[in-house]
Amino acid sequence: MKPFGYLRAASVEEAVRAGAAQPGAKFLGGGTNLVDLMKLGVEEPPLLVDVSGLPLDRIEELPDGGLRIGATVRNSELAAAVAVRERYPVLSQALLSGASGQLRNTATTGGNLVQRTRCTYFQDISKPCNKRAPGTGCPARDGAHRDLAVLGHSAHCVATQPSDLAVALAALDATAHLHGPDGEREVPVTEFHRLPGEHPEQDTVLRPGELITAVRLPPDRPGAHSRYRKARDRASFAFALVSVGAVLEVRGGAVRYAALAFGGLAHRPWRARAAEEVLRGAPATADTFARAADAELAAARPLRENGFKITLARNLAIDALTDLAART
Amino acid sequence: MSQDPLPSANPGPTATRSAPASPAGASVARREGREKVTGTARYAAEHTPPGCAYAWPVPATICRGRVLAFDTRAALALPGACTVLTHENAPCLAPPDDPALELLQNDRVPHHGWYVALAVADTLEAARAVAAAVRVTYETETHDVRLTAGHPHLYTPESVNGGYPAISERGDFEGAFAAAPATLDATYAVPPLHNHPMEPHAATARWKDGHLTVHDSSQGATLVRDELAALFGLGKDEVTVVSEHVGGGFGCKGTPRPQAVLAAMAARYTGRPVKLALPRRQLAAVVGHRAPTLQRVRLGATHDGVLTALAHEVATHTSTVKEFVEQAAVPARVMYAAPHSRTGHRVVALDVPSPSWMRAPGEAPGMFALESAVDELAVLLDIDPIDLRVRNEPGTEPDSGRPFSSRHLVDCLQDGARRFGWLPRDPRPAVRRAGGLLVGTGVAAATYPVYLGGSDAEAHADADGGYRVRVNATDIGTGARTVLTQIAAAALGVPESRIRIEIGSSDLPDAPVAGGSAGTGSWGWAVHKACTALAGRLRDLDGPLPADGVTETADTRQENAEPSPYARHAFGAHFAEVRVDTVTGTVRVHRLLGVFAAGHILNPRTARSQFIGGMTMGLGMALTEGSTLDPAFGDFTPNDLAGYHVPVCADVPAIEAYWIDEDDPHLNPMGTKGIGEIGIVGTAAAIANAVRHATGVRLRDLPLTPDKLLPHLARLS
Repeated sequence: MKPFGYLRAASVEEAVRAGAAQPGAKFLGGGTNLVDLMKLGVEEPPLLVDVSGLPLDRIEELPDGGLRIGATVRNSELAAAVAVRERYPVLSQALLSGASGQLRNTATTGGNLVQRTRCTYFQDISKPCNKRAPGTGCPARDGAHRDLAVLGHSAHCVATQPSDLAVALAALDATAHLHGPDGEREVPVTEFHRLPGEHPEQDTVLRPGELITAVRLPPDRPGAHSRYRKARDRASFAFALVSVGAVLEVRGGAVRYAALAFGGLAHRPWRARAAEEVLRGAPATADTFARAADAELAAARPLRENGFKITLARNLAIDALTDLAART
Repeated sequence: MSQDPLPSANPGPTATRSAPASPAGASVARREGREKVTGTARYAAEHTPPGCAYAWPVPATICRGRVLAFDTRAALALPGACTVLTHENAPCLAPPDDPALELLQNDRVPHHGWYVALAVADTLEAARAVAAAVRVTYETETHDVRLTAGHPHLYTPESVNGGYPAISERGDFEGAFAAAPATLDATYAVPPLHNHPMEPHAATARWKDGHLTVHDSSQGATLVRDELAALFGLGKDEVTVVSEHVGGGFGCKGTPRPQAVLAAMAARYTGRPVKLALPRRQLAAVVGHRAPTLQRVRLGATHDGVLTALAHEVATHTSTVKEFVEQAAVPARVMYAAPHSRTGHRVVALDVPSPSWMRAPGEAPGMFALESAVDELAVLLDIDPIDLRVRNEPGTEPDSGRPFSSRHLVDCLQDGARRFGWLPRDPRPAVRRAGGLLVGTGVAAATYPVYLGGSDAEAHADADGGYRVRVNATDIGTGARTVLTQIAAAALGVPESRIRIEIGSSDLPDAPVAGGSAGTGSWGWAVHKACTALAGRLRDLDGPLPADGVTETADTRQENAEPSPYARHAFGAHFAEVRVDTVTGTVRVHRLLGVFAAGHILNPRTARSQFIGGMTMGLGMALTEGSTLDPAFGDFTPNDLAGYHVPVCADVPAIEAYWIDEDDPHLNPMGTKGIGEIGIVGTAAAIANAVRHATGVRLRDLPLTPDKLLPHLARLS
């Protein structure tokens, strides 16, 4: 087998140091995606820095009313946390709509955000793929792309980000805490994943050696409601064809606050700013919601076989917002 | 926990009542259940002889062409590497019966994923790394993997799977269709489908003193033994194949598959035992698949729904390796009385992996098309779809004119309708909602032929009062061990607890494969015959048994040599209630109910498992399962269980299965018809018909995924 080093890091500093010192090193959380990709030869890290034992496994209340979620908090634990279920239902729902119970028990918060695309060409090392082997081409553009991107794709890559969690975090204006060799920084989750552009091999803005240590949720908005809806090919254990995470606050029949993010449409969770612009201050009606969805999806450039995603995204957004408005 | 009084064990009220052909019929738990749930039942890959090496295949990455050269230097330099077998150094094999087993014998690449080399190493991980390091250069030729209805190379084969003629005609179809007051002409598509049993194909092979022993994941060890003996030029007594426990097959382990041959080759070459478990991602290319079918169905009828003309014409693909033709038009020769009929198949040899058996080949895809078309005709004529079927019930088998040995299709439909609550039913589409979801119901018929094969069996009475029954049957999860013991116990007139049963080894009396829903009937007949003979011997015996007991053997080849004068088929009826989300285009099955008439049911507990398993697989065929060939690369696009969506628990409602216990004297001594496949037949049509009732949208292209349904739903949401 391909030999690789393994280090069980005792501290964040040690993990970051080791990760930065060895080009190509990977942090190991739950391993639910990374280990599969190593078996397929897609990932060939010379060093695995195991961060699953770091003291990053707590969910903490913040003084401002927000939550700080450690990067190694397991998906099932996060979904079940009372604070998450009561104040951020969109997050709990997103997590529970993903994977299987066994996987959620293993997968971590940080690892979930950096899972790789499920594009079939990316996973098959006998085929070209600009994400896996830059410059080799993108067979998905003319090939099997029903499940791939309609927004923000490039000539080089039409992959989608598969994370449900990331969509909810994008809608919640969450922030990722990163710890790297040059110190710590914060990145909004909406800016954490990149669009493919000319460098689809870079999924995120993470720099070499940089480790996700936590995700911070801002305080929940009193009066706002949130939910996650996911459409998929079977009732469970399937990636989203399209999903939507929505937060909506309605006062006196008008939208006071709206945040909307889509999954399954792009190389990153797609925060729908154009839609939110239409929603803000407008009457909370199905017509407004439809106009908002249309404003966002006008930029879509479907491929041969995935045009249905535009209708699906529109329907899901209208349905989720209508449902949330009805709760006010 | 030996008795399980499930409600589904109750025969329907319309059951034909008389003394059952065999006293077997109790709900008996699986004999090996404890071993299976505690993990002590060992499967083919769980045998590790001392010194065992591990193999990993190298699949071709081109679709058509030939191998120019191998570079194995880097591969062989890896730690733990033993060897890399290619056509340049592999043991020569005799020409196989199945050309797909001509492995590592020449440089030809007939399809993507064809094995061009086999890495052997000390560990599994090393073998995988060695395989990955083998460099292969190819000469590539242009390829074609696209099946189209107008493909210029479609031809009519001599016969189709099952040995049926490719074309069958009665009367003047074209004339009758042209003259029919009501007509339907529609084309249905079933994509390639994969068997994907839980246990991937695996074999462990070793040679000792010239004798080859293989633990193989197979549906029939006798056939594997015979093929290995032929390939390696050995006598049958020089090969032993063991398939003691098998984690599902669904047809793709029905004949020898590459793992058994490759493991034996590698073991011979290296002089070590070799274990080969095929990776899930490679299965689709090398173990067979259900070939895609494009099916045109034309129905002509009177205004009151009496069929006057029926045509079912199928286009499908096969590989360039061998001809396998999915016999999807064959059930139309059995189902309905139509004086003018034409059923036919055409096939094109493409650069695709070789198709093969998948649960109810022919019937499963064919009855999706035919039973959808019947439903379309019912809508067209505004006749209840059950009534329409009843009006076209034939007195004899339409194509052959033979009398049915038994046929209770109408009883299944009527009993199912009563249990399901079919009536009252408003036929208008898209007018029922539950919780915002559109609701619809659908019905479809099912049929599956009775196949039987000759088998040997042996029954032995010990001097101490115990019994031993031996037959090389295979239990692929069906409960064969248990049911054969019941048959033996009934014939011997002793409790099952006094019987030891030995199955799953080619050293046992020869037996046919677990396939064609023929296992219980074929093996059981031989077991029944041997046990009946033994019981007679024991009755006639004066005094105590000899110290080494008494043995009787049986052979049922004679009984199975002559074709039956009867048309022998199982029948059934499926009822589905679906809920359609107009927001997402998602279909969920809310209720699924089947009623089957499949001879005498020997064990309600394991039978129910077979029926609902088939229905679940049919649900997957309807809604979630579908494969495609990548036009550029020529391989199947979904290559793992994340991409090929078999139904998960959340997709499957509480399925109900009932049966009408038939008393049919024209089958075998047990009066059984076989139940392994009929559950999948017609399920997809019942669900698609329910989707039409729910939405008004008729989808003719499986599976019914949101991308296909959503564009039609805008006006309904």
